[in-house]
Amino acid sequence: MSAMVSGIERREKHYVEVIVDVDPEGEVTPLELVWEDGRHFEIERLIERRRAASMKVGGYGIRYTVQIGGRQRHLWQDDSGWYVEEIVHDGITTM
Amino acid sequence: MRDRAILHSDINCCYAQIECQAHPQLRDKPVVVGGDEEARHGIVLAKNLRAKRYGIRTADTLVEARRKCPNLVVVPPDYRLYLQVARDARRIYYDYTDQVEPFGPDEAWLDVGGSTRCLGLTPTQIAYEISERMKSELGIMVSIGLSWNKVFAKFGSEYKKPDAVTVITPENYRCIVWPAPVRELLYVGAATERKLYSAGILSIGDLAQAGDRYLKKTFGKIGFMLRAFARGEDISEVKPLDPTSWDVSRQIKSYGNGITFPRDITDAHTAKAVCWMLAESVAQRMREGRACCKTVTVGIRSAADLRSRSYQAPLPAPTDITAELASTAWNLMDARYDFCEEEPVRGLSLRASNLVSLDDGLQMNFCDLLPTRRHLRALDVAIDDLRRRFGNNIVMWGPKASDVTAASMDAKCDNVVHPVGFLHR
Repeated sequence: MSAMVSGIERREKHYVEVIVDVDPEGEVTPLELVWEDGRHFEIERLIERRRAASMKVGGYGIRYTVQIGGRQRHLWQDDSGWYVEEIVHDGITTM
Repeated sequence: MRDRAILHSDINCCYAQIECQAHPQLRDKPVVVGGDEEARHGIVLAKNLRAKRYGIRTADTLVEARRKCPNLVVVPPDYRLYLQVARDARRIYYDYTDQVEPFGPDEAWLDVGGSTRCLGLTPTQIAYEISERMKSELGIMVSIGLSWNKVFAKFGSEYKKPDAVTVITPENYRCIVWPAPVRELLYVGAATERKLYSAGILSIGDLAQAGDRYLKKTFGKIGFMLRAFARGEDISEVKPLDPTSWDVSRQIKSYGNGITFPRDITDAHTAKAVCWMLAESVAQRMREGRACCKTVTVGIRSAADLRSRSYQAPLPAPTDITAELASTAWNLMDARYDFCEEEPVRGLSLRASNLVSLDDGLQMNFCDLLPTRRHLRALDVAIDDLRRRFGNNIVMWGPKASDVTAASMDAKCDNVVHPVGFLHR
């Protein structure tokens, strides 16, 4: 008899490049997210912009709730840059 | 005065909580923030709640802490991060009042009495809103006390922790504050507690009823102040932050710096290097504060019994000149202590006091006209400019440079100015 245990999922802070628009009042709107492999993800719309802590990956900053590919995502901006909460799987199997 | 509304906000287990928020992998572990063991600053600076359950206390050595909790995680301090969080916490406070008085990086008093009408919130609502925003925007918990005076507000923030709001009113303070042990009143330390206990004053309520004669005889004027605190009669105001100095406006009475050297000091050469290093830092800060001192006090902490002895000397003329401060301090140390292997020294300190401000105009004497003094002052100004541009260790005085360990240290940058005592104004 064998069993497969599903991987443990955790989240890590993953800094990304973001193309933004800055209006005359200095308000920032993210337009595109550029992943490390060069893929561009268009930000279809900005749903919310507010200060928030990220309890999943640590730290805090301005949290942008955006829509990418029809799904809602969070994008953070802090003093170090822009980051997302990347899901990382640590696959574990037992026989 | 009982219509005032003063909050005291306290970031619970400040450094440890900030580290656990920034690093989620620490949250389910007993964690302390600890100093550098190799530099012999290895004590517990802060602990999280899990570490506290093992009986670990702030200022325990890391060795002791690990003995109490073998699985302890020790994290080095990141003061840049803690100061950033403190500033962002104050940003939240400033949304409710401009009367914010920080008390260290983790505490602050806020006077919100003048804000309730324009915000449309009661003081209690403000307290809860601040608590919620600290959690949602910074990811940290605070405990808040609300009362009509600063002393009871601080008592309130200590009363229930973590993540709580305690309101102390004229109607309930006898039930909440007075039964508490007298040590829990602000400014009652161990020595004052012992004196009060010996007179049968065990609780804050007992202190509130203490007689004039006993207080005057035992404590002098301070005794009346403590009784007033116990009765809720503290009338001190919340002193607003001075944004140019990121500190409350206060009169500085001295400039000091002390250090526990990474190894015991067992020779005069090293002691002189450390003395000059401390003098450089103090003199540079005096020049930045546009002050001169007339008195220098040196402290020598023995490695054998960890007791400190201090010695004081006047200066011939008010000075902010590094060489004058350093040579007076060193002559004092050298005359009073034999630095040798048999009498190792754990730490040294230097304090410049009896200050006069350059802005008030200094009474000149003939010494000031001497070319040597003018040249030394000009040299200090030139060195300060180089350091501002290239860092504090870009140029050093000979004695400091002659010791490898001292030469690598930056006493001015590493100097932490601790929160001013409640009584210092």
